[in-house]
Amino acid sequence: MSKPIVATTSLAGCFGCHMSFLDIDERILDLIELVEFNKSPIDDIKTFTKKCDIGIIEGGVCNSENVHILKEFRKNCKILISLGECAIMGGLPAVRNNNAPISECLEEAYLNCVSVQANDEKIIPNDDELPMILDKVYPCHEIVKIDYHLPGCAPRADLIWNALEALVTGNEMDLPYEVIKFD
Amino acid sequence: MDKILVRINGKDYSAEAGKMVLDIATENGIYIPTLCHYEGIKPQGSCRMCTCMIDGRKMTACTTPVTHRMVIETQTKELEEIRSTIVELLFAEGNHFCPACERSGNCELQALAYRYKMMVPQFPFEFPNKQLDAKNSKILIDHNRCILCKRCIRRKKEPENPTWFVFKGRGYKTQIAVDHEMIDKEFDDELAQKAMDTCPVGAIIRKEKGYDVPIGERKYDKDPIGSNIEKGAKL
Amino acid sequence: MGNKKSPRSNPKRKNGQCSCNREFVKNVLEKYNNDPTRLMDVLIDVQEEYGCISDEAVDVIAKTINYSVAQVEQTLSFYHFLSQKATGKYAVYLNDNVVSEMMGREEIADVFEKEVGSKFGNVSKDGKIGLFNTSCIGMNDQEPSAIINKRIFTKLTKEKVKKIVDGMKNGLDVEDLPGTDVKSNILKQGPILIKDSVLGDAIKKTVQMKPDEVIEEIKQSNLRGRGGAGFPTAMKWRFCRDAQGEKHYVFCNADEGEPGTFKDRIILTERSQLLFAGMTIAGYAIGAEEGILYLRYEYKYMKEQLEQVLNNLRKQGLLGKDVAGEKGFNFDIRIQFGGGAYVCGEESALLESAEGKRGEPRDRPPFPVVKGYHQQPTAVNNVETLCAVAKVMHNGAKWYRSLGTLDSTGSKLVSVSGDCAKPGVYEIEWGFTVNEVLELVGATDVQAVQVGGPSGKCIAPNEFNRKLAYEDLATGGSLIIFNNKRDLIEDVVLNFTNFFIEESCGSCVPCRAMTVQFKKKLEKILNGNGVKQDIEQMLSWEKVMQSNRCGLGQTAANPILSTINNFRELYDKKINKDKDFISDFDLKAAVAESCKTANRIPNIGGDNG
Repeated sequence: MSKPIVATTSLAGCFGCHMSFLDIDERILDLIELVEFNKSPIDDIKTFTKKCDIGIIEGGVCNSENVHILKEFRKNCKILISLGECAIMGGLPAVRNNNAPISECLEEAYLNCVSVQANDEKIIPNDDELPMILDKVYPCHEIVKIDYHLPGCAPRADLIWNALEALVTGNEMDLPYEVIKFD
Repeated sequence: MDKILVRINGKDYSAEAGKMVLDIATENGIYIPTLCHYEGIKPQGSCRMCTCMIDGRKMTACTTPVTHRMVIETQTKELEEIRSTIVELLFAEGNHFCPACERSGNCELQALAYRYKMMVPQFPFEFPNKQLDAKNSKILIDHNRCILCKRCIRRKKEPENPTWFVFKGRGYKTQIAVDHEMIDKEFDDELAQKAMDTCPVGAIIRKEKGYDVPIGERKYDKDPIGSNIEKGAKL
Repeated sequence: MGNKKSPRSNPKRKNGQCSCNREFVKNVLEKYNNDPTRLMDVLIDVQEEYGCISDEAVDVIAKTINYSVAQVEQTLSFYHFLSQKATGKYAVYLNDNVVSEMMGREEIADVFEKEVGSKFGNVSKDGKIGLFNTSCIGMNDQEPSAIINKRIFTKLTKEKVKKIVDGMKNGLDVEDLPGTDVKSNILKQGPILIKDSVLGDAIKKTVQMKPDEVIEEIKQSNLRGRGGAGFPTAMKWRFCRDAQGEKHYVFCNADEGEPGTFKDRIILTERSQLLFAGMTIAGYAIGAEEGILYLRYEYKYMKEQLEQVLNNLRKQGLLGKDVAGEKGFNFDIRIQFGGGAYVCGEESALLESAEGKRGEPRDRPPFPVVKGYHQQPTAVNNVETLCAVAKVMHNGAKWYRSLGTLDSTGSKLVSVSGDCAKPGVYEIEWGFTVNEVLELVGATDVQAVQVGGPSGKCIAPNEFNRKLAYEDLATGGSLIIFNNKRDLIEDVVLNFTNFFIEESCGSCVPCRAMTVQFKKKLEKILNGNGVKQDIEQMLSWEKVMQSNRCGLGQTAANPILSTINNFRELYDKKINKDKDFISDFDLKAAVAESCKTANRIPNIGGDNG
């Protein structure tokens, strides 16, 4: 049987979840025995080269590019996992959801903030190549179907390891109390 | 006091008449989850977490006094589902971004989510946009985190009137509100700390002090909420 | 109409807030003995005088009764008709319940907005006219209807609205505004409504018996509460009489707020003597000296008339000291108004409200019969129940038992509205089938009947042969009829769901938060994004709703749950059967604002949805 194929990405996240992933330490050697990586910052493959079994999403959805990538993942992966608070509930980027409409956020960031310099023309970046910003930051599961959620900021390495191992081996997921944490 | 007999989860216990079901359960090492309940405050039964089957009906354990031969079920599948759904509702209703909350690790709502292994609420997040109230010099109130348990309102105060905390509005628009003038005049560090401790979540935060306990040593880092009660179970 | 009263004095504005005369507020407080438990009365009087309760008024009230400002606001902010913001010289409250919508409310609302020049939820720039929505005002048989400064305007048409707005602009007294007043619409009289000129007799007969004998007589009649729950009246009185307390109280629950119900309205305006006789009998039976009629604010227009009836009864010796000549039986009745809150129809919430607090239901036990008003034993009875009491005492239990069915004795007043030729109040004996009622009211092509209001159930034609009776189809007294042209989910269920969201007291988590989630699911389905799991999920929430403290919360999802159960095919038609996940997310809508702010044209490509 061929090895299950895993893809990962970070949307509106800080790569902290990926860092935590690497915190499984030497078990990464076991993991490489167990799975093959495809599109992922871990191996620097930029686009899907084949259908994958497991897609791991870090970060929430804050712009049109995030939406596009997330949908790509849904199309190419059998199982999708939301990894970490941002993917699950928007996280830190979603603090803007509770505070101000996006128009105010953009105006504050590019026009009104005290640290804004040299923007005499009062331009809010609008090049067509730039992703369009969404009205709020969305949790991944509000855009596409997500099969599993692994919370934490960042999720404990043991949680990621246990979950992946269970998915790959088909064993029951072992989730001791200490590994499920939201911070 | 009169001693009576009650049956909890199929086992008989002797109990003091007039005490609440919750107290009798706790005394006997049976944990019933609560949120709006707080030791020393008159129970109110608004979070509905402690809903049990009491003589065949869904009733809150914190407000129902035991009677002779009362039959109580505290942990059926249905009850546990009701409880975990209530936790999910509260997570979706407010802004509970735990990593940025000072109460994380000591928060009762979060602890209950841990206990129920909530990975994600089944409800879409509301992302409420309520005001952060930092007017007072001693405390800060984040309405987005408030779960409207009324513990701050119900906590006894001497004299009883006028009160510091109140409910304003109704339904989903309900918020706690405070008498700023009174609180500024009357709150010292001790009262501010008490107010924060009374809050089950991070809605009332004491100013100029915080993050004292390192991660790993906080109240619910290692043991689930209620485990202290369960450990005390008489065998 | 009753006495002519000029519309409220124009509030003087200060920083966008209306101000008030401190002396006036102080006098109002004094009128109620500066009693914090009469806070509702104080707030209502101030609201009526100024069209708002200003910060200054709140301050005066707080200082006088030793409350914090926040504490006064705690009560104030709970009630729909009490406001800290100005509501205008004329405050228009247009009913937005489902039947009003069916009868053309939207068009009426548009005319109001156009003629007044401001939107609903606001006061016109000159401060004259405020436009607000309100839930059912008990006029379902003559919609669309509105309240303007206490006066009710029914059967509104575009032309009428134009004239009314003209009149308001010209500063006419509310009484002089052109409009149609409330019609009684008693379309079928039965044993309760038929007038016999013997009301005093019922009380006289009562006081010749011992209180225990009175309770026994009621017990023999098998009378059960008409509010909906159907609790045996005699048992309630027995518990209350036996409960220890310094004082006992009788309450009449006239907070008729269940949308589509208006039977109490006609009793209060046409048969109030009967009701007061019933209250007096209850007072005698349980040993109370004080009776309180808790009347919903929407029925404020009845106040003068009811006070007059009470005064006449006092003059006749049927209220006051030594009632009906019975030495030592002192009993009087006062009217307590609510402030606009459906939940106050729940008896313990009603008592909280009557004590000047927020209308949040209490935990039970203790029950009101043991610890009610001011923690004293209190019997809270429905308007119709008390009328039946008077008739039972007059005609005897045996007579009453001969009416209705074995388990449901007597008759029932039913408010019928919606798609039918003759909406109004029908008094029928228990045991009538839904079909028989439909025939009586001239309803054809019926798709569904909402029995007992939104908190009841919505039934399909296959159940129309069921009997209205406690043992079959119990009802608090309302039938709303929907014909086959109505979109049951979009027009009816959504409206009812909104109603429950607005009227939740906010105390219990499932009632406050789950109702909102129900609505979101419903909208997802209505938007064409529903899947089967959405329906299954809603059904799974039923048990959570059951854990709410009061009847409102426990039934708040009934509009959805009962239509899923009885009209599943309507939901199935709206969902996508071959998919297991559809997102509500709309990329185009989500990027619109940021693109506009950044001055760029959205480039959605194939990514939308």
